[in-house]
Amino acid sequence: MLSVKHNEPVEFTEEMLGKFAEIVSRYPEGRQKSALLPILHEVQAKYGWLSVPAMDSVAAYLNLESIEVYEVATFYTMFFLQPQGKYVLEVCRTGPCCLVGAERIMKHIEHRLGVKEGEVTPDGLFSWRGVECLAACGYGPVLQIGPEYTFYENLTEESVDKLIEELTEKAKVNG
Amino acid sequence: MTIGKPRLKADIMARKLLLTHIHVPGIHTFEVYRQQGGYRAVEKALKTLTPEEVVEEVKKSGLRGRGGAGFPTGMKWSFLAKPEGVPRYLVCNADESEPGTFKDRYLMTHIPHALIEGMIVSSYALGANTSYIYVRGEMMPQIRILERAIAEAKNAGFLGKNILGSGYDLELYVQPGGGAYICGEETALLESLEGKRGNPRIKPPFPAVSGLYNCPTVVNNVESIAATVPIINEGGEEYAKIGIERSTGTKLISASGNLNKPGVYEIELGLPVEEFIYSDEYCGGIANGKRLKAVVAGGSSVPILPANLILKTLKGESRLMTYESLADGGFQSGTMLGSGGFIAFDEDQCIVRNTWNFTRFYHHESCGQCSPCREGTGWMEKVLHKIEFGHGSYSDIDLLVDVSKKIEGNTICPLGDAAAWPVASAIRHFRDEFEWHITNGHEAQRRNYGLAHYADPLEPVM
Repeated sequence: MLSVKHNEPVEFTEEMLGKFAEIVSRYPEGRQKSALLPILHEVQAKYGWLSVPAMDSVAAYLNLESIEVYEVATFYTMFFLQPQGKYVLEVCRTGPCCLVGAERIMKHIEHRLGVKEGEVTPDGLFSWRGVECLAACGYGPVLQIGPEYTFYENLTEESVDKLIEELTEKAKVNG
Repeated sequence: MTIGKPRLKADIMARKLLLTHIHVPGIHTFEVYRQQGGYRAVEKALKTLTPEEVVEEVKKSGLRGRGGAGFPTGMKWSFLAKPEGVPRYLVCNADESEPGTFKDRYLMTHIPHALIEGMIVSSYALGANTSYIYVRGEMMPQIRILERAIAEAKNAGFLGKNILGSGYDLELYVQPGGGAYICGEETALLESLEGKRGNPRIKPPFPAVSGLYNCPTVVNNVESIAATVPIINEGGEEYAKIGIERSTGTKLISASGNLNKPGVYEIELGLPVEEFIYSDEYCGGIANGKRLKAVVAGGSSVPILPANLILKTLKGESRLMTYESLADGGFQSGTMLGSGGFIAFDEDQCIVRNTWNFTRFYHHESCGQCSPCREGTGWMEKVLHKIEFGHGSYSDIDLLVDVSKKIEGNTICPLGDAAAWPVASAIRHFRDEFEWHITNGHEAQRRNYGLAHYADPLEPVM
């Protein structure tokens, strides 16, 4: 994942532009705006969040007004408009998961990471938040981690601890 | 508990149509899926049936939309406008977000070709040459699985130009959403697919006339589309023999909450609710030896019922897993099959807390277009929070009923109704639990109300 600051200009790599072109080809001529959500996902996967310059570059690429990108990015909950931790733990907080202990899991994560919902740990590795139903109610409590949106099911305090340890190790190895 | 009462159909192991081969190793690959008889429906449809004949089979099957509304799929298809020279689209709704529902994720994860095959058959029936599967963005792993399956099918000649030499062309694409429950509403989904905010459109015009890119469009749920495969293979009439009355075929039920064996089950419509909950073939009873307090039978939007009303109707009849039986008694004493999101609550669960939780969900997910929904859901969430945390008053209960009534029916899309019904039904059936939270605010912070009388047998009302 590349890091990008708030006002830093964003230029997409050849590889990304190739992917964007493939995405645009899925829609009829003149309907390239349909590519907006898939492209925003690609950009977020690359940079970890959507900075204003990144959104402006997407707008320029798709021949849209910047506002058309902002209004979409602010509507959909998956898009981050602020930098996040390297790993964002998104815990389902909706009814069925709460019947089997999601609230306890969120409290545990808050305590374990030492940061409140939406905040980033001082080492920049983690942030966490409660999200609405992830359509995995039979395997709750669940959490997901982007950009691949890997799923972790039937969470317990122990399995969450283990996950956080593994991710910390992984980050050390990968630098 | 008496389990395994005689069923209306022959007392055989439940028939499976969608998940028949789910446990075959490698069934997610084209090769294995094909070995198990996959893509026969495409061959049959494209080589031996006209598009109109495919629509006719689906009509005969009695298949009803599996996303929640239960509208007959064949009829929906027959509404599709067919102006000359204008492309038509099929869009699959895989934005599965209704709390309690996770069947489409299961199907797409384990047997993705069932959806791809159904998409080809259905697109052929509708005359669509480009079709999209709109998958909720969080299901990125499923998006990758579907993209792989599409590539495999294309490689084998089941997608692309002149499929099986029939002269029929079809391109199929997967579109990710961005995390918005509202995009499960078909017109919001189309807006989103066009790269916009997911604000539902005012109907009419209906998508069948003016949908994606203002062209005639059909939007169908994953399970409905997958169901066209057995319908074409076995014939619509054969399919209609499964199930009871107007609830034909099989249904995927997502079982969650306090059950011994939560998960996705394919049931024949008509299975008694009691058998579904307690038999070992299905959920295996309530977890940890506890007693059942309540059930939300069809996803968070449908009315919640106490244990005694979910197992039996007010007339004292056994409640069945069908559109009709679950709705028996209307909203006074019944509920809906909805999406088949079956959430079980044990005796230790708090109905007030769950209602607050669900309302927070709807408030969070309201697109904000219509004031009754945008303001009403937030208002209900605040009042429910107040009651749950011990600061409520009696008038708050009436206020909730009043606000829920003012949302219901007054919004562009059904999200408003979906937010109102759980609140109204929770108060209708669990009013004394709400009142206890108000009179015993302190105690309610330490313990839950418990099972109370919610599982007591009711006197049949004739």
